[in-house]
Amino acid sequence: MDAQLLTYIFVGLSFALYIGIAIWSRAGSTSEFYVAGGHVHPIANGMATAADWMSAASFISMAGIIAFAGYDASVYLMGWTGGYVLLALLLAPYLRKFGQFTVPDFIGERYYSKAARVVAVICLIVVSFTYIAGQMRGVGVVFSRFLEMPIEWGVVTGMGVVFFYAVLGGMKGITYTQVAQYCVLIFAYLVPAIFISILMTGNPVPQLGLGSGVVGEGISVLEKLDGALVDLGFSAFTAGTKSTIDVFAITLALMVGTAGLPHVIVRFFTVPHVADARMSAGYALVFIAILYTTAPAVGAFARLNFIDSVHQQPYAEAPQWVKSWEGIGLIAWLDKNGDGVIQYAPGAPFEGRPEYAEGTGANGERLLTNAPTENANEISVDRDIMVLANPEIAGLPAWVIALVAAGGVAAALSTAAGLLLVISTAISHDLLKKTFRPQITEKTELMAARGAAAAAILVAGYLGINPPGFVAQVVALAFGLAAASLFPAILMGIFFKHINREGAVAGMLAGLVFTLAYIVYFKSPWFGAVNDAQHWLFGISPEGIGAIGMMLNFIAAIAVSRFTSPTPAGVRDMVDAIRIPEDA
Amino acid sequence: MTDDQPLENASARQEDRARRYWRENVKLLLVLLSIWFIVSFGAGILFVDALNAVKIGGFKLGFWFAQQGSIVVFVILIFVYAFRMKKIDKRFGASGK
Repeated sequence: MDAQLLTYIFVGLSFALYIGIAIWSRAGSTSEFYVAGGHVHPIANGMATAADWMSAASFISMAGIIAFAGYDASVYLMGWTGGYVLLALLLAPYLRKFGQFTVPDFIGERYYSKAARVVAVICLIVVSFTYIAGQMRGVGVVFSRFLEMPIEWGVVTGMGVVFFYAVLGGMKGITYTQVAQYCVLIFAYLVPAIFISILMTGNPVPQLGLGSGVVGEGISVLEKLDGALVDLGFSAFTAGTKSTIDVFAITLALMVGTAGLPHVIVRFFTVPHVADARMSAGYALVFIAILYTTAPAVGAFARLNFIDSVHQQPYAEAPQWVKSWEGIGLIAWLDKNGDGVIQYAPGAPFEGRPEYAEGTGANGERLLTNAPTENANEISVDRDIMVLANPEIAGLPAWVIALVAAGGVAAALSTAAGLLLVISTAISHDLLKKTFRPQITEKTELMAARGAAAAAILVAGYLGINPPGFVAQVVALAFGLAAASLFPAILMGIFFKHINREGAVAGMLAGLVFTLAYIVYFKSPWFGAVNDAQHWLFGISPEGIGAIGMMLNFIAAIAVSRFTSPTPAGVRDMVDAIRIPEDA
Repeated sequence: MTDDQPLENASARQEDRARRYWRENVKLLLVLLSIWFIVSFGAGILFVDALNAVKIGGFKLGFWFAQQGSIVVFVILIFVYAFRMKKIDKRFGASGK
């Protein structure tokens, strides 16, 4: 059977599985819709959290980013895992003890204020929508690449499946679907990685293979890769190009942002006890770490394979995968010196993204209309293909390629569903029930939640098909805003009793406005700002500015709290109560 | 324990117990978060160049911490916290079950 047919079968089977689980676990009450009734086993919750967390970006793009950025990509590896330590130690157990449904619930009650709750809802919706736009796009890209349908239809299909199980099952349906999605995606990620590690080093564990000797040579994969890159004029794989302060700030912003992302926090409302919340964060990180520690190996193997099979290779003799990815426009070769041989070197081979002309050149390559650049590089490659092309590069059978496609779809859908749920919950529970229409019955609230989920899916789908101008940058925005607004408010709510309503609102607004303004100033086309280190504040890029926003939040909250009325006694008692797990 | 103390002291003892429980929790937190900071921001970022002079297996040590070691330590830290807290909960009778 060919890869195309197998892919249809694998993706179709996985969809049938998700929908079956959704029917089996549909929600009957608001508690089941919002937090799966609070009965999820910590290990199941850990898996669901991992699937929720690992998006199309983690599955498809991360190894490619590592392949081409080397040490600089460490910010993502540490940033997207270190946040779980903050979550497990500083937030999850206390929020579970608090025992309600949402993050704005906590902020609203702890800061005894509808205004604080509404500010938290605004932060939550901005963060979640910026994040979800990228996910729906990811669903569309995977569909279009593997199933050869237009991106729009890919997005619509993804919307349909998510609609079915999120609207029907709420948190309960999403949780058990995510457990299945985790299994699909991790299996799909590990199988090719293990095969390639064995082929390259003889070591079946990719994490160790990265430091093991290359078969038939006396040096390790990393040493060989460093040497090969330096010979070609790149900086070494294990050396960075970003400034230390920027790496520091980005890592901090990503860690704190991870801990402040509402769709991650809310997962810890679903387990039975406080002790389970702590354990569950540990399990979640184990399941995440399996993929995140494999990714550097996949990235390094892929870069080395890429150099080996492309550099100084006559185009006519290049491997088939180079030609098939060139066929769909993700690899482009411009024979600048006319020798028929591919040269790989630093810098862009030509101006802009590849624009293909009709017909083929002397060696059978697709012709380009782009203007060539001065440097020696002749080949451009979309870094996202690294994970997707891996099975072909290693010559693995067609079922592995189909498996990777199903894994990519699972990663994108699970994250989109989790985000949709927090958005709908924020609208039906925090805005409707707790702020504007407190008299509605549980049945009406549940209907509102389903309606809000359906509306959120439509908006997300629209954003996926018509992405806003700077969509590639929105993930930085989501993490920066979560770091600067929600995380400090929750942390101070638990650990500092004297932070009051005025302080919390001032802090959230300060962090939100500063971070949003900085990112929009540098990333949007409206101000004509030069986005480089010389113009950044303290040399910190927009990706890392959430770290400064977070500090501003703390400073504003502490200062304003000093000069306004103290926290009421009832709230102090509530803080005392959430600090201790017992139900007394 | 002091079961024979007068009843009016009960709530004061309860409060004291809560305060001691919280202090133990915060102490444990600070130790674990220091390790969290040292392996990631320390070994993986601030001192990465110095550590890269050391090689273990085929890995430069600083690079290893930045891309794999810190993640492994993060996992261990969370489980250490979960198990230590379980013990502390039991000692203070605050297991919540």
